[in-house]
This record gives sequence, C-alpha cells and structure tokens, in this order.
Amino acid sequence: MAAAATLALGGIAQAELLLPEKDELKFGFIKLTDMAPLAIAYEKGYFEDEGLFVTLEPQANWKVLLDRVITGELDGAHMLAGQPLAATIGFGTEAHIITPFSMDLNGNGITVSNEVWEMMKPNIPKLEDGRPQHPIKADYLKPVVDQFKADGKPFKMGMVFPVSTHNYELRYWLAAGGIHPGYYSASDISGQISADALLSVTPPPQMPATLEAGTIHGYCVGEPWNQQAVFKGIGVPVITDYEIWKNNPEKVFGITAEFAEKYPNTTTALTKALIRAAIWLDENDNANRMEAVEILSRSEYVGADAEVIANSMTGTFEYEKGDKRDIPDFNVFFRYYATYPYYSDAVWYLTQMRRWGQITDTKPDEWYAEVASKVYRPDLYLKAARALVDAGQADEADFPWDTDGYREATAEFIDEVSFDGRTPNAYLSQFPIGLKSGETVSESGVTGG
Amino acid sequence: MTTLDGAVPDPAREERRAQRLARINKAATYFDVVGLGFMVPLLRMAAGDSPRQQAAALWRTLLVPLIGIGLFIAAWAALAPQVQTSLGAIPGPAAVMEQAGVLYDDHVAERGKADAFMERQELRNQALIEQGLEERVKWRSYTGKPTYLDQILTSLVTVALGFLVATLIAVPLGIMCGLSPLVNGALNPLIQIFKPVSPLAWLPIVTMVVSALYVNASDALPKSLVISALTVTLCSLWPTLINTALGVSSIDRDLMNVGKVLQLPRLTTIRKVVLPSAMPLIFTGLRLSLGVGWMVLIAAEMLAQNPGLGKFVWDEFQNGSSDSLARIMVAVLTIGLIGFLLDRVMYALQAAFTYSTQR
Repeated sequence: MAAAATLALGGIAQAELLLPEKDELKFGFIKLTDMAPLAIAYEKGYFEDEGLFVTLEPQANWKVLLDRVITGELDGAHMLAGQPLAATIGFGTEAHIITPFSMDLNGNGITVSNEVWEMMKPNIPKLEDGRPQHPIKADYLKPVVDQFKADGKPFKMGMVFPVSTHNYELRYWLAAGGIHPGYYSASDISGQISADALLSVTPPPQMPATLEAGTIHGYCVGEPWNQQAVFKGIGVPVITDYEIWKNNPEKVFGITAEFAEKYPNTTTALTKALIRAAIWLDENDNANRMEAVEILSRSEYVGADAEVIANSMTGTFEYEKGDKRDIPDFNVFFRYYATYPYYSDAVWYLTQMRRWGQITDTKPDEWYAEVASKVYRPDLYLKAARALVDAGQADEADFPWDTDGYREATAEFIDEVSFDGRTPNAYLSQFPIGLKSGETVSESGVTGG
Repeated sequence: MTTLDGAVPDPAREERRAQRLARINKAATYFDVVGLGFMVPLLRMAAGDSPRQQAAALWRTLLVPLIGIGLFIAAWAALAPQVQTSLGAIPGPAAVMEQAGVLYDDHVAERGKADAFMERQELRNQALIEQGLEERVKWRSYTGKPTYLDQILTSLVTVALGFLVATLIAVPLGIMCGLSPLVNGALNPLIQIFKPVSPLAWLPIVTMVVSALYVNASDALPKSLVISALTVTLCSLWPTLINTALGVSSIDRDLMNVGKVLQLPRLTTIRKVVLPSAMPLIFTGLRLSLGVGWMVLIAAEMLAQNPGLGKFVWDEFQNGSSDSLARIMVAVLTIGLIGFLLDRVMYALQAAFTYSTQR
C-alpha cells in the first residue's frame, strides 16, 4: 500500500511538470506481436504513470484502423510504417498523420503453402545435416512460379495492405529473385500490372485461414501468423524479413498532426510511456520476453497460444516443423535505436512506393527528404527521451541525440544493393525490376525513362 | 376415489385437495408460458393426484426432452474428436464447459483489476487533494477489456434498443396499413422489396449515415451501438409490420361496424376495438421480429467489429489459439439460450396481454 502511494505521488510529481491536455485515450492495434509496446505500456502501468488513461482496442484490418485514426474515433494506433507516409502524400486516404515513435525492427516472415514448399525444396541447396540452407532466395521459387504459369494457373500471394511493410518486403524478395510482383498505376490500384505473382490484401490474423482455404499460395505477414502456419501444419516460412533487410524498420505509432498540435503534452507523455515499454522489452538481453509472451497471449491482445508467440519472441524462429534456428534479433524493440524515427526509414518506404508505381511520377531527392520530415518527428521523440533521461528512467547513451536523421548507408539486403536515404533516386536506379527515373505506368505498360 | 382402509372419505380433505388441484391447473398456463411445463405433473403428484397418470405427462414433458438433450451431447462428445482441424480436434462438451468456466474466471479476474484501478485512482486523487489541486481530481471509468459477461450485456442492450425502435415504427405503420387500403397499397411494394435485404447489406449504409449525422457521440450511446441497433431495427421491423397489418385488416367487420354506429372517435376505435383484436397477431409479429433482430445483431457485430457477442466470436476466430473453437462454441450456446429466453419473455408478455387462446 505504501509503495503504491509513493508510486501515485511519483506520478503526480511528473504530472506537475507535464499535465496532459487529453488524458483519456483510445488506441487501436492489430493482433500482431509487434503491438507489444502498447500492451506493455498498459500492463506495466507506464501510461498511468504519465497520467494517461488508455483503452486498447483490436481493429479488424489496417484500413479500418487508419480510417478510425483519421476520424478521431481512435487517438492513435499501431501502424504500418507506410500508412502515415501514404496518407500524408495522399495515396489512398488523405490525412496528415505523423509518428513520434517507431515501434520495432524486423518481425515479419514469408510463408508458402506446403504444396509450394514441396515444389521449391528440390531447388534449395542443403546444409551438411540435410536441412535447407538459409536465407532462401526467391530464385528457388521462380521455377515454381514458371510452372504455375505454364499450367495456366495464377500464382497468388497475400500481404496485409497496399502500403504495408509486408507488401514491400514481399515485392523486394520476389523481385530480387527475378519474379515480377507487378506495378500500380494511377488508374489501376490492384498492383498487378505485368505481374508474375499476383499479390492481394488479407488482414493479418486471417492469413493462415486464407492459406488453408487455398485462396493464396503464400503470404508475407508479421508474427505470430508465420509460426501459426508451422503449428497448424499448413505452410512453411521460407524467409524472415531480417534476412531480406537486416534490422529493417517496422511498425510506427501513428497520430494525426492535429492531435500532436492540439495536445503537445499528451503526445510527449504517450511517447515517454512507449519508450519505457520498449526499454522493458529489450532489457537485460530480452530477459522479460517470456513475461511479454504471457501478456500477448491473452485474448484481448494477440490471443494466439503462448508457445506460438514465444517461438519468435524469444530469439528463435521455426521454419519447417522441427527446424528451429536462432535469430536473436528477430524482434527488436529498443536496441540499435529501434524506436528513433529516422528520416531514412521513411525515405526507404517512399522509394518502394515509387518503385512499384504507387507514386506515379519521378520526384526529386529533396521531395523525399521533405515528406520524411513532415511525417517522422524525431523532435517529438527526443523531447520525450530527454524527459525520461532527466527523470532517471532511461540512459542518456541509449538515444542518438546528434544524428541528422539518416542512418549510415547499408548494403545488408538480400540482393546486396546499397541504400543511402540521402540519394533515393540513385538508389532506385540500381534495381533490374522496378520503375526508374522518368518512367510511368499506364494501361499499356511502362513508358518513358 | 377410495381410500385404502375403506373408511369414509373426509369431505373437508377432499375439498382441500380439489382446491389445490384447481390452483395447480390455473398455474399450469403460467408454467407453460415460461417453459417449465414439466412442473405441473410434479406438483400434481405432490398434491396427491394419481401417479400413474402424471407419470405419463412427466415422461412427455420432462424425460423426453432430457433424453433428446442427452443424445445430442453424447453424439457431440463422440463425433467431435473425429474432426481434426488445424486448431486441433473439434472440442467436445467437456472442453466447452471448461472454457465457459475460464471465461467466468476471466470476468472475475478483470473485476479484480478494475478494483485495483479504482484504488490507484483514489490514491492519486487523494494526493491531488493533499497538494491542494482539487480542480484536477477526476473520476474515470476502468480502461480494461470488456469481459464475456460485459459483451453479453452490450448485445442485450443493443438488441433491446433496436427492437424498441423497430416496434415504435412498425406497429403504428402496420395499423395504418391495416386500416387504410390506400396506405397499404403505397407501402406494400416497399415492404416486399426491403423485407428480404440482409443485415450485411444494410450495415455499410447505416455506418456511413450514422457517422455523418451522429457526430458528437455521447459516452452513454456510442456510435457503434447506434449503428448495430439501427441495423437490427431495419431488419426486424418487417415481421411486426406485416403481422400488425394482417391482424388489423382481419378484424371482424361487425366489430368495426358497431364502432361506426356508436360514432366512436378514430383513436378510441383503435384503442378499444382494433388493438385488442389485433393483439395476438401483433405479438406473433413481435416475437418473430425479436428473433430476427437477435440473429441479425450477431452478424452485424461480427462484420462491423462493434462490441458484443459477435465481436467476441470474431476476435476468437482471429486469435486462432487452441482454445478458440471451444470459446466460440460457448458463445454459440449462449446466443442460442439467450435467443430462446428472449422468445419466452415475449411469449409471456403475449400471454399477459391477450385473452385469445390461439398463441
């Protein structure tokens, strides 16, 4: 009781400094393990410490979630990194959404059906012990897709939203293996123009059921829905996004620009709570992960069986049944400055939108930088981080105080193409498959360039 | 009736028994109404009626239904494990019972958390008062998840609201249709076209319209509740409307003529003549409407993700945990039982408000 009293008083002392303008909030999320910072901030009382009274509500799909944030039914939400960017530049629904907090690195995988796996397997090089050699490139899937095409059957794969990380990761992987995932155009937003593999949208939790029903032959989705396929025996994850792009940025926490402007203290307070949750998740070499797994397995959060969630949350990943391998960084929530909203992360997503025709025209490099700085808000992040450091709740060294917002150029992609967020157009010119400078897509195909 | 020892029957006792039986006979109607018909033979036996005769009635009203249920459960228990899904075997009755228990425990645990939340809030507010910041003291409701029992309550409130609105529209409209061939002619084609429309088709329209018109949603009447309730209204008003019109139009002409001869005002005619005669059919319509409304509600909640039992079912389907199927079955049984009870309530109301023997 006494401890609780001091805690409450501690909360008051902070509230003194920073009184949230709006303290009753409703946040949306999709049933995926990377919503963990929200669940932890709630369960560990970090929101309450900041004087915030938060209700967490699962949403049916990414579109509903985005629409509800725009209409104000939700104050904020766990979002795909592409969603705030696309909304701000007006692809799909138009609204100015910003992010003060990047939620995690990695955490996705690509799964194919058992049938496709059996067809792929003979092509894949083996390790000495007979297990397939990882990472598995899409080169080994290409003969399967060609076979489908020769038989006159469409090869269909699922991803979760047109501007989702998963759409871009799946496209990246396929294109790196010479399989064309198709273009978007101004008039055709199905994204299947000149495609070898037809990609369509399915909400994350429905992926296994859709694969099982035979509607799609594979999918790219976040955890636990790849491990669920293994447990259900309906599919085999072939690659994780960590292997497609080492430590790629994943979800963000999205709010409207209007919300951040109207409620600056609330924005700082919620960012503080989320940073603390991320610290807790990665603390002492992931020591808290089992507890996090138990929390996530509750039916109000992700709800899948704890053992399925634990498979990826505790630094391993099970490919084929029984083939469990160590991927210590499969889910990163705080290490490597994971929560800092880097402009270069935003630029990468924008390059992919351009690469596949969602951004219909060539844009100058400055445009990329400008959009990134409109949506990604490290200033809000650092304000929250400073407050945490001053209160002794975080370590000064854990935050990149002096960065210009661009990560070092990296070539740690599956196709070893080098990415520098400062030169998006030069980056795009390196890909054999994808739009180049000056090219546009119309009904008759790619023109210009 | 003779007594065993051949003694002269005690007339006073006989009379008491006859009285008791008469009372039981009277009560029998009510027991039937609430679905406890099997109580009658039991009471009769207790009152000393011939056990042999009553045993037959008991067999028909109690044992046969019990055997039916027993056979169903046995078949379920035997067949369920045969079906292997990717979430494991279909759960049998035992697994479903267990999950029902778990859901109840969840509810209790969540209430405990709510109490802890309130306690923390009290401490916080107390601290504020001590610091002289009384204007900042606020009382907030608990922010945790709704439990299974909460979801049931939400669904019941929603269906009640939707059904109430439907009744308020359908009964007057039905009376007008029944009384005036003109109104009937105008409305009939619309009724025929809109009656078969599925709730899933109404939902998007209702959602958009409600979102546009009901901008400042209050906490007591959230938008999601209004949307679900209106969808229920749109689907459930037809049976009441049609049956009311039918009931009103088929009133004995003589009765209406008497009204005319007496030069009763129109409203009095409706109150004294039309409504009492049409009541049995109106209630038949209401019962059908409530049944439709309850079915529609679950579908609407599933599709729109509005709080309630439908959302519970969909969330569990999405969770895909090994307990999900059993939990969904708990929900299916709950939905069925509640639907049955709602129908019984309407039946009881009908019995209370009408004098007709045809129910």
